[in-house]
Amino acid sequence: MGASQTRPEHKYQDLADKTGFSLEQIKNLSKRFQQLSGNEETISRDNLESIPALANNPIRNEIIGAFFDKRNQHQDAVGSCQEIGFEQFLMVMSHFRPPTLKTTVEEKEAMRKEKLRFLFNMHDTDNDGTITLAEYRKVVEELLSKSDAITKETAEAIADAAMLEVASINVPHMGPDDFYEGITFEHFEEILKGLEMETRMHIRFLDVDTAKMGCGKSTS
Amino acid sequence: MAELRPARRSSTGPPLTGIICVLLLVFVSVASASRDVGNNETRRNAAGETPEDSHHQTNSTAHKKAFPVLSLNYEHVRKPFEIALWILLALLMKLGFHMMPRVSNVVPESCLLIGVGLLVGGIIKFIQDETPVLDTKLFFLYLLPPIILDAGYFLPIRAFTENMGTILVFAVVGTLWNAFFIGGMIYGVCQIEGTQLASVDLLSCLLFGTIVSAVDPVAVLAVFEEIHINELLYILVFGESLLNDAVTVVLYHLFEEFSHAGTVTVADGFLGVICFFVVSLGGILVGAIYGLLGAFTSRFTSHTRVIEPLFVFLYSYMAYLSAEVFHLSGIMSLIACGVIMRPYVEANVSHKSYTTIKYFLKMWSSVSETLIFIFLGVSTVAGPHAWNWTFVIVTVVLCLVSRVLGVIGLTYIINKFRIVKLTKKDQFILAYGGLRGAIAFSLGFLLTDEMQMKSMFLTAIITVIFFTVIVQGMTIRPLVELLAVKKKKDGKGSINEEIHTQFLDHLLTGIEDICGHYGHHHWKDKLSRFNKTYVKRWLIAGERSTEPQLISFYNKMEMKQAIMLVESGSSAKLPTLLSSVSMQNIQPRGSARGRAIPSISKSREQEIRKILRGNLQNTRQRLRSYSRHDLFIDPFEDNVSEVRFRQQRVEMERRMSHYLTVPANRQETPAVRKVCFEPEHRVYTYDDSESPRGQAAQPCPSPPDAVGLLSQSPPRPKQSSKLGAKVPDQEQEEQDQLKLSRCLSDPGPNKEEDLS
Repeated sequence: MGASQTRPEHKYQDLADKTGFSLEQIKNLSKRFQQLSGNEETISRDNLESIPALANNPIRNEIIGAFFDKRNQHQDAVGSCQEIGFEQFLMVMSHFRPPTLKTTVEEKEAMRKEKLRFLFNMHDTDNDGTITLAEYRKVVEELLSKSDAITKETAEAIADAAMLEVASINVPHMGPDDFYEGITFEHFEEILKGLEMETRMHIRFLDVDTAKMGCGKSTS
Repeated sequence: MAELRPARRSSTGPPLTGIICVLLLVFVSVASASRDVGNNETRRNAAGETPEDSHHQTNSTAHKKAFPVLSLNYEHVRKPFEIALWILLALLMKLGFHMMPRVSNVVPESCLLIGVGLLVGGIIKFIQDETPVLDTKLFFLYLLPPIILDAGYFLPIRAFTENMGTILVFAVVGTLWNAFFIGGMIYGVCQIEGTQLASVDLLSCLLFGTIVSAVDPVAVLAVFEEIHINELLYILVFGESLLNDAVTVVLYHLFEEFSHAGTVTVADGFLGVICFFVVSLGGILVGAIYGLLGAFTSRFTSHTRVIEPLFVFLYSYMAYLSAEVFHLSGIMSLIACGVIMRPYVEANVSHKSYTTIKYFLKMWSSVSETLIFIFLGVSTVAGPHAWNWTFVIVTVVLCLVSRVLGVIGLTYIINKFRIVKLTKKDQFILAYGGLRGAIAFSLGFLLTDEMQMKSMFLTAIITVIFFTVIVQGMTIRPLVELLAVKKKKDGKGSINEEIHTQFLDHLLTGIEDICGHYGHHHWKDKLSRFNKTYVKRWLIAGERSTEPQLISFYNKMEMKQAIMLVESGSSAKLPTLLSSVSMQNIQPRGSARGRAIPSISKSREQEIRKILRGNLQNTRQRLRSYSRHDLFIDPFEDNVSEVRFRQQRVEMERRMSHYLTVPANRQETPAVRKVCFEPEHRVYTYDDSESPRGQAAQPCPSPPDAVGLLSQSPPRPKQSSKLGAKVPDQEQEEQDQLKLSRCLSDPGPNKEEDLS
């Protein structure tokens, strides 16, 4: 942070090592960062909110919030920032890199945990380490927010059923007075293990100029 | 005049084998009789089970006879009789195999069926020297479409579209490579030695290469279905087998045309390329048109539920036939039709129709598959064969080699573009799974006899088919185990997974938007929004058009659970019930809501309400539509299923929410009175404006009334009068509430009279 606008190569190399992107990808993302920030050094929420394509996305706020969430920076900090710099931007983006042929099994496992952690942070807004029923309800509500005629109750019903499922899978025998506090990270992993996050949660990062539309080759 | 020995024999061996042998003999005898074209000898089918004697005229000739009490006229029903008997016996064979688990675990069914076909063909040939052959018209027009439709209708769309690029490359480039490589190399081999092959010219070789290079969907389905491989590999091989039809069609016609003409020019090649695009895109277009028509039609079928499945089948079949009229790719047309039709049809048709469609498709495709393999065996025996060691062996070897080379080469290129790369294991399965089947045989059979090499080609084709189906089919299962290839995960619908799948979709789209490039997710999102705003409105009836996917998924799950309970009886437990977790464990403790008597939770109740109002209401109507032509209820007939359905459903609710507490802040007003005042129709309606489909999912002005109501009912099992005790006075309202509770909770055996 605080570097000049034209970043020298070794800074990119630093970033490449930290985040795992290739140099070309970092260059592209840097250009995009400049675009978004209006050539400033940091971007704020407004910059992201002004992206027109995001307007139709039901979980827009969560996505934007995730960028400003300190927990996604791998630095054991909590809370959220008002503005982020390029490095933080890259850190968040690095959660969406796909595995390669050379990724070992342990690395894949670590990748999967990281991605799941990202998702978990998106749901666990108060950072108490669990996704409570209220938070889960909010998630489902947001998901359904762009559809008309869906009431709060429906979302709640679905969230409740989902929560019930999580609890039944993870803690099958609870007595009548036990209370299931919320979905912990381990439970979260357990219920989503069928989805194979490491192969699903990724996007294609381009090696060519992102300003143009199109598909380029992606390596990572 | 051969007399068949009596089919009955003293079975000293296990009775099962005896039965199968008996069946075999019956099969053979009738088959031989059925082929007895114009041959009026009296061959007696002495099979004990078949009572009639074919060709046995009992009509007397000249004198006035007594009035025939019993007469015989086989010719009258001969054709349908034979067809039905063939099919029946083929299926009995299939049944027999599954009763021998030792065999069916090792050998895939397709091999066994081919074996049976061989046996039958051999016996027939021995008996009468003329065997039935797999008629090409029969195959392409009757046997193939059900299989393709079944596969296309249930194609996993997400996996298919995500891997579309890979599939297309394999289908088009891979098949081209195979065809030319095999054709060219065969030609080279033919030129080499002094075998009699020198007369085979290049075009014939290329034609042969085309025929033998196409991966066959029937064989792939038959084998892959049994090994339960993971979805990615399945869709890659199967998708390739479907999409290579266009290539095969074009190349086949191209080479066939020009094998008469003798030469191929560049212009012809160019035209061939254009033809390929026409064939494939045209096929897809035809299929899409019929698919949209089918979806549109299904929008209006709410009053004639019984014929709904027929629309699906007929539109699809018409798509296939229409494409075949223009020599377009019938398979692609069929797939396109099924894929496009499916989401809309499923939203429109009743649950019963959906089940019917599913089962009919599975049934027909199963029958077709069985028949195809048996006929393949029988036709093998029929010949004519011209065995040429060199040719055949070279063909088999080349098929393998070219497939392996093709897969490796293409994967190398494809992996540069794929995000999730294909590993060596994947490549092995891809190469090994390239099975040839009956399509190759039929295409070979279609070759005119002007090509002298037809017999030789046929022999080679059959050998390749046998080799791939038998050898590769048998060994692929242990190989899959050995290589520890990922298997298909058992897909129990999980609401969490669904939620997160959708969440991920939106998340990834958002990230792509932030990144600024239009990737896969962006376009998918655009397409689904287009679908939602424009297409669904036209093609889906009523309010379901605005229902988001999560809701429909959830409703479907609820439906499934409820029906599962109905089917398995009241003592069955839901999977979630294996845990004793209930809503109480989840609700925030100590929340400011007061606790009433334990009862069914509000949220569960709302679920019921929402579902029932929107979806289940229609479903319940569908469930009730036993009556042949209309939807109106016969209260007595449907009561039982109604009763059981509700009973089970509420049992489930009760159990799931056994310790439930109800937040008492929802004091419901008696909007519930509208419920249940008419026996079955109106049970779950909460609005005055009662139209089965026109209900929008509006929030009820006084939401779950039933909650307040049910909060008064302790979960006592199966007491229809459980509310009776608790609801003493307040005539009308309580009556209604009573009825509601009975409707929703536990209708006991004396429900019927209460609902008058």
